[in-house]
Amino acid sequence: MSKSMQLPGSMTSHNVVIEIGGLPIEVQTADAGFERLLRGRYRDYVKPGVAPEFSLRVQLTPSVSNDPDVDAEVWLEGREWRMERGDFRARWNPAEGQGEVFQSANPYSIDSVLRIIHTLMLAPTGGFLVHASSAVRNGKAFLFSGVSEAGKTTMARLAPPDVALLTDEASYVRKVDGRYFAYGTPFAGEFGEPGKNISAPIAALYLLKKASENRPGNRIDEIDPADAVRRLLRNILFFAHETESVRQVFASACSFVVAVPVYQLSFFPDQRVWELIG
Amino acid sequence: MATEATYIAQSPDIASSTLGDDTMIMSTLDSTLFILNSVGTVIWKAADGATPLSRIVQEKVCAEFDVSETQALVDAKEFVEKLAQHGILHVSGEPVPRKEMA
Repeated sequence: MSKSMQLPGSMTSHNVVIEIGGLPIEVQTADAGFERLLRGRYRDYVKPGVAPEFSLRVQLTPSVSNDPDVDAEVWLEGREWRMERGDFRARWNPAEGQGEVFQSANPYSIDSVLRIIHTLMLAPTGGFLVHASSAVRNGKAFLFSGVSEAGKTTMARLAPPDVALLTDEASYVRKVDGRYFAYGTPFAGEFGEPGKNISAPIAALYLLKKASENRPGNRIDEIDPADAVRRLLRNILFFAHETESVRQVFASACSFVVAVPVYQLSFFPDQRVWELIG
Repeated sequence: MATEATYIAQSPDIASSTLGDDTMIMSTLDSTLFILNSVGTVIWKAADGATPLSRIVQEKVCAEFDVSETQALVDAKEFVEKLAQHGILHVSGEPVPRKEMA
């Protein structure tokens, strides 16, 4: 059941607390239909009983533009982050933990805004979102990272029943008391299903490489730390280009590689690859 | 061109981290990434803007690696010029004031 309150302008607010990575954001909208959309899309991540630490007000507007494929621009203006893409514009005040989005009533825009806000929240704390599928097995989280077509979704599809999938697209990494944890996210890729809303300490990051026809077996190789950082950075989702933020992301990638084993996983796309994991 | 009277200083527009023997440097201007080997790392760490390159080579590089001073200086000059071209190292004929450094 949604909370209702009177916002300025006598709009009835339909608030939905969406908690991703343990960070609850109350998404506020005056539109009951959009509230339903949020509850459906983020169903496993909607936390009615959780006190929100952050708030994001969504102002539905006639379509700004219908081109969500262009890159989002994110920049710092005073103390606020501004973000803009063809289909939305938004602001986020990190000190106050509040923001506002102008978009049409579609799920893709709010999804992107949430991703960007979470990357901005994670950056100063050593965490990040990374292009990777991730899963929990035997209480340990494993990340499978790579560029498009590297096999992230394939690894998710091949997962045996004892594996809980966190995402097939964008893995959520937080640094808590010096340890790295992976969290489930609702950000789905080709798999089309949100991940389980659970978390676990990260045991390894595998950088994916499809096995060649000459060497079709599955293989795990050690990676030089500098190469691991270089390849990890290539896959970290970050949208801002402001100097301090770039420094934070770089430092996060270096710290992660020092703390978490990183390997190259060359694999042939069948279930046997999971015999090597866990 | 780098000479014996060359002074080198890390640019303020970088982030860097040492991993094992290597140093990773990222330009915060364009996110270009550089990986320095152990010799490069020694020179990078000594790039304080106050120590001449020739002294860095003599006291740091030649002390840690089995290389002649002449050859090391030639290699070091080439190295710092490459980094300077990418804007991550300042090269000057005079000591570099601290405010211009990382």
